[in-house]
Amino acid sequence: MPEVLKAPLVVEFPFTRSLGPVQSAFLTGLRERTVLGVKTTDGLVMVPPVEYDPVTADELRDLVEVEPTGTVTTWAWNPEPRRGQPLDTPFAWVLVKLDGADTGLLHALDAAGPDAVTTGMRVRVRWAAERTGAITDIACFEPYEGAAAHTEPTAHDGQFDDAVSGIVAAARLDYVYSPGRAQTAYINALADRRTVGERCPSCRKVYVPPRGACPTCGVATTDRVEVGPAGTVTTFCIVNVKAKNLDIELPYVYAHIALDGADLALHGRIAGIPYDQVRMGLRVEPVWTEGGRYPDHYRPTGEPDADYDTYKELV
Amino acid sequence: MREVAIVAFAQSDHLRTTDELSEVDMVMPVLHQVLAQTGLKTSDIGFTCSGSSDYLAGRAFSFTMTLDGVGAWPPISESHVEMDGAWAMYEAWVKLLTGEVDTALVYSYGKSSPGSVRDVLTRQLDPYYVAPLWPDSVALAALQAQALIDAGETDEPALAGIAARSRESASANSHAQVKGSVPQGDYEVQPLRKGDCPPVGDGAVAVILAAGDKARELCERPAWIRGMDHRIEAHSLGVRDLTDSPSTRLAAERAGAFERPVDTAELHAPFTSQEVVLRKALQLADDVTVNPSGGALAANPIMAAGLLRIGEAAARIHRGESDRALAHATSGPCLQQNLVAVLEGDAR
Amino acid sequence: MSSTGHATHKEPVAVVGIGQTKHVAARKDVSIAGLVREAAQRALEDAQLTWADIDAVVIGKAPDFFEGVMMPELYLADALGAVGKPMLRVHTAGSVGGSTALVASNLVASRVHRTVLTLAFEKQSESNAMWGLSLPIPFTQPLLAGAGGFFAPHVRAYMRRTGAPDHVGSLVAYKDRRNALKNPYAHLHEHGITLEKVQSSPMLWDPVRYSETCPSSDGACAMILTDRAGAARSPQPPAWMHGGAMRSEPTMFAGKDFVSPQAGKDCAADVYRQAGIADPRREIDAVEMYVPFSWYEPMWLENLGFADEGGGWKLTESGVTELDGDLPVNMSGGVLSTNPIGASGMIRFAEAALQVRGQAGEHQVDGARKVLGHAYGGGSQFFSMWLVGAQQPTS
Repeated sequence: MPEVLKAPLVVEFPFTRSLGPVQSAFLTGLRERTVLGVKTTDGLVMVPPVEYDPVTADELRDLVEVEPTGTVTTWAWNPEPRRGQPLDTPFAWVLVKLDGADTGLLHALDAAGPDAVTTGMRVRVRWAAERTGAITDIACFEPYEGAAAHTEPTAHDGQFDDAVSGIVAAARLDYVYSPGRAQTAYINALADRRTVGERCPSCRKVYVPPRGACPTCGVATTDRVEVGPAGTVTTFCIVNVKAKNLDIELPYVYAHIALDGADLALHGRIAGIPYDQVRMGLRVEPVWTEGGRYPDHYRPTGEPDADYDTYKELV
Repeated sequence: MREVAIVAFAQSDHLRTTDELSEVDMVMPVLHQVLAQTGLKTSDIGFTCSGSSDYLAGRAFSFTMTLDGVGAWPPISESHVEMDGAWAMYEAWVKLLTGEVDTALVYSYGKSSPGSVRDVLTRQLDPYYVAPLWPDSVALAALQAQALIDAGETDEPALAGIAARSRESASANSHAQVKGSVPQGDYEVQPLRKGDCPPVGDGAVAVILAAGDKARELCERPAWIRGMDHRIEAHSLGVRDLTDSPSTRLAAERAGAFERPVDTAELHAPFTSQEVVLRKALQLADDVTVNPSGGALAANPIMAAGLLRIGEAAARIHRGESDRALAHATSGPCLQQNLVAVLEGDAR
Repeated sequence: MSSTGHATHKEPVAVVGIGQTKHVAARKDVSIAGLVREAAQRALEDAQLTWADIDAVVIGKAPDFFEGVMMPELYLADALGAVGKPMLRVHTAGSVGGSTALVASNLVASRVHRTVLTLAFEKQSESNAMWGLSLPIPFTQPLLAGAGGFFAPHVRAYMRRTGAPDHVGSLVAYKDRRNALKNPYAHLHEHGITLEKVQSSPMLWDPVRYSETCPSSDGACAMILTDRAGAARSPQPPAWMHGGAMRSEPTMFAGKDFVSPQAGKDCAADVYRQAGIADPRREIDAVEMYVPFSWYEPMWLENLGFADEGGGWKLTESGVTELDGDLPVNMSGGVLSTNPIGASGMIRFAEAALQVRGQAGEHQVDGARKVLGHAYGGGSQFFSMWLVGAQQPTS
C-alpha cells in the first residue's frame, strides 16, 4: 500500500470579540495601568473581574481598584515556552492574588529560575510598553520586595476615555492532515487522471469519492472500481456570487455529476457551453489542466441528453 | 429507576499516530466489535449517541463523517455531544430511563495526533482573559500539582509512584499505549515530569447499553448502572481550590457511590497529581483497585478517555473481576467538570 | 425501536419559560457570556424562577470554530448558573437547537431532573460563518460555491420533480419577511418589503435569489422545561410536549433523496405517533420549520406530511401558509429572517411553544392548540422535531 498523503493544515483566524461592560473596564484599565476587580454579593473581590458570580450566578457590576502588587498562590516552571505565551525565555506560570483581591489571576512570572520562585512570594505587574486594552498589557509579573499593602480596594466607576469595546484574538493552530487510506488512493488515481471509487461489499454501490466506509451498511469499502470519465449532470445551479479564493468568471455553472458507473454524484463546474444552456441530463466529460489535482471543469460530450428516468435516483 | 446496564465494550489499540486511518476507519472496527458481542445489528439499536471534538480534528462538523461507520440506514435515532463520550453515555442512559428505547450504542473517538493537544486545549479557556496567554494543559495541571505539594497532600516521589503503578497495571492491557517500566524523565512543566503526563494518542471506544431483561439476554453478567451524575465547577482556576474536586464529590454522592464501598475505581486522571485529588474527593479506601487498566496515564485519547474508564470498569464486572465499581470522567482545565458512574454486577 | 411493556410512563414535559435576544448582525455590546445570559435571564423571568430553581443546564451550538472557543460551555458555566450542576453540550450541526431541547426534555421525562434550562446560541460576528464552514482541507477541492451552492441544486431538483413554478420561492420570502415585522426579536425588519422587491433581488445561485436566503445573526434562545409540579406553579400557561424525536441518516450516500430525506419523514412520523396525530394537515395548527432558503418551505411541507409529493408548493402558492392561512408556517419570520445558526433550531421549538401558550404577540395564530417545531442540519442529514400543545397530553 502506498504511503498515505499528509499535508499541513493551518487553522487561523483573527476572532473579533466584543466585550461586556466589566471586561471593557478591566481591559481598558490595564491599558491605563490600573487593575480593576469586581465585588461579589458576598463582598469578595474577584480579580480578574468576572461578569457573573460563580457561586450565586448574580450579575456583577460593582468595580473596585486593587494594587498592581500581589502574592503567588501557586506556580509552575515552564522550561520551554510555546508559541503565543507571554515570554519567550523560561518563566513561571503563576496564580497571583493581587493586594486587595480574593481570587487569583493567571499570568507569567519572569524569574531567574525555578529556585527563585516560591508560593507566597511577592510579585508586581510589569506593564507592557505598548498597551492596547488586552490581558497582554500585563507583560508579566516580576519579583517584588515590598510587603503586602493592606489597603482596602477603592470603588471605581470603570469609566475611562476611549474605552476598548472589543479585542482581536488571533488564533492559529497547526495540524498535519491525512485523508486516510481510501481518499489517498482516490487522490493518487486522480494524479493519473483516473477516477477510482470503491464498491461496498454488502450493497454493491460504488462510492466516489470513497470515504472508507459504506455509510448505509457501516462496513469498509475495499474493491476499487474505475468510473467515468463521462457522466450526467443530475442537477446544478448558476453561480453569480464570487466564491472566496476562487478566480472563476461569473456566472458559471456548479453541477452535480453522476459519473458513469458511480452510484452517487460528485460536484464540478460545467464549461464549454453557455451557462444558460446547461440542463439536467446533459452528458459531460472532464477537462484537465496541466498539474491540476482535479478536473478543472466538465464539458459536454455531444451525446444526446440522458433520459430523466435513467438518473433520477441519483439526483 | 429503570434497570440499565452496560452489556458490551470495545476499544481500539491506542497509538501515537494513525495516519493511515481516517476517523471512520478508526471507529468502525470498534462498533463492529460491540455489535458482534451482543449479536445486535445497527437497526436493532434504539438510540445512538457519540462524543468528539471538532477542535481535535481541525475541521468543523467532523463527527458527521464518522457516522458513516455506524451504517445509519434506514435512518436512526441519534445524537452527538461535543464532549467526552462519557457524557454521550449519560445522554443515552437518560434516554433509556425514559422507557422510549431498550438499547443504545455509544461511541467516541479522539484523533489527537494531527494537532498539538497542548495548544489545542488552550482554546477551551476564557477567551478574553486567559486564552490569549496560551497556557497549555500541562502548565495548568502543573499549577494544580504545585498547589497539592504546597498543601502537603503529595510530593514528587508519590506522584512518580502513581505513574509507575499505572503503567505497571497497563502491562496487562493489550490496547494501552504506554506500559511497563517508563522513566519519569525531565520536567515538562515543573513539578510535573514527562512520566506524570498522559501520552498523546489516537483511539476509539464503544459501549452498548440495554435495559432490564434485554440486558440479561445480551450479556451473561451485565454491568448495571446503579447511578450516574455529573457536575461542573467555576471555570477560572483563580476562584477554585485546586487541591479539591467538589464537583466530583457531589457527582459521586448523587450517583450513590458512598452508599457502600466499591472494589474498583477507574479514574480519568490524565495527570498523576489529579489522581490524588480524585482519591480524596471520592473517599477511596486503600484496598480499592484504582485504574487496573492503567488509566489515562497509559492511554488518553482525548474525548474518548472518559468513556474508556466506564468501559474498562464495566468489562471487569463482565469478567467477574469486580462486583461494584466506580468510573469517573473529567473535562475542562484542572478537573473542571466531572462525571461519576456506579456499576454493579449481579451477585454470583 | 420497540419498547418493552414494563417501561415506566414518562413524566410529561412542560415549557414554562422562553427567552430570546433581539437577533442582530453583531451584538457588539456583550461578551459571549453576556449574550447567552440575556436569553436565559428572560426565560427565568418568564417562568418567574431564579437560578437556584434550575437543576441542570443543556446547551447547544453549531461548530466551535464559529467563535473560536473549544467547548465554550466550560467558560459559560458561571454565566448560566451551572456551577455545582450538571451541564451537557449538544452538537448535531444545524439541527442542534432542536436536539438540545430534546436532550433537556429527556432529563425531565426520565425524572432525573425536575427543572432544566436549555439554551442555544451563535455569535457569528466573532468570526465569519463561511470561514468556519470551509476550513481549507488539504487535497480537497475547494468549495465551488458558497452556502447557496449547496442548496440551490436541490431546489432545482425539487422544481423538476414537482413542476413547481419559479415564483413560489419568492412568495415564501415575501411572507416570512412580512411576518418578521410582527416579531420584535427577528433580525431582519424590512419595512416596505414588497413581492416585487423580492423578485427583483439579485439571482445569487440560480434558482435562489438574494432575498430568498437567510442572514447571519448573533443571538441566543433559552427555554425552561419542567415537570407537572413545575407546570402547576407556572405563572403563565405552559406549553406541553406531545412528542419529540431525532433522526439521522448519512451525509452522502447512494440513493439519498436530498429533496425529501427519509430521516425527515421518519422523524415526523415518530413525533405524530407519540402525539396521536393521524392527519397532520388537519390536526396541526401551525408550523415553525427550518427554512434557510425559501424553497425549503414547500419541500418540507411534503417531507413532513402536510402535502403529498408535488403538493407542497400548491399549499404555499394558495396562501395556506400565510399568517392568516389555514396552516401558518414560520409566523416568527423563520430562519429566513433570523439565523444565529446554532440557535435557529431552538428558536423554532420556542416559537412553537409561544404559539400554544398564546404569547406570540403580533404574530400569534388565533387558537393555536398544536404546533410543530422543526429543525434540520448537516447535508439534510440530522432532523429534530417536537410537537407542543396547549393541553397536557392525555396518555
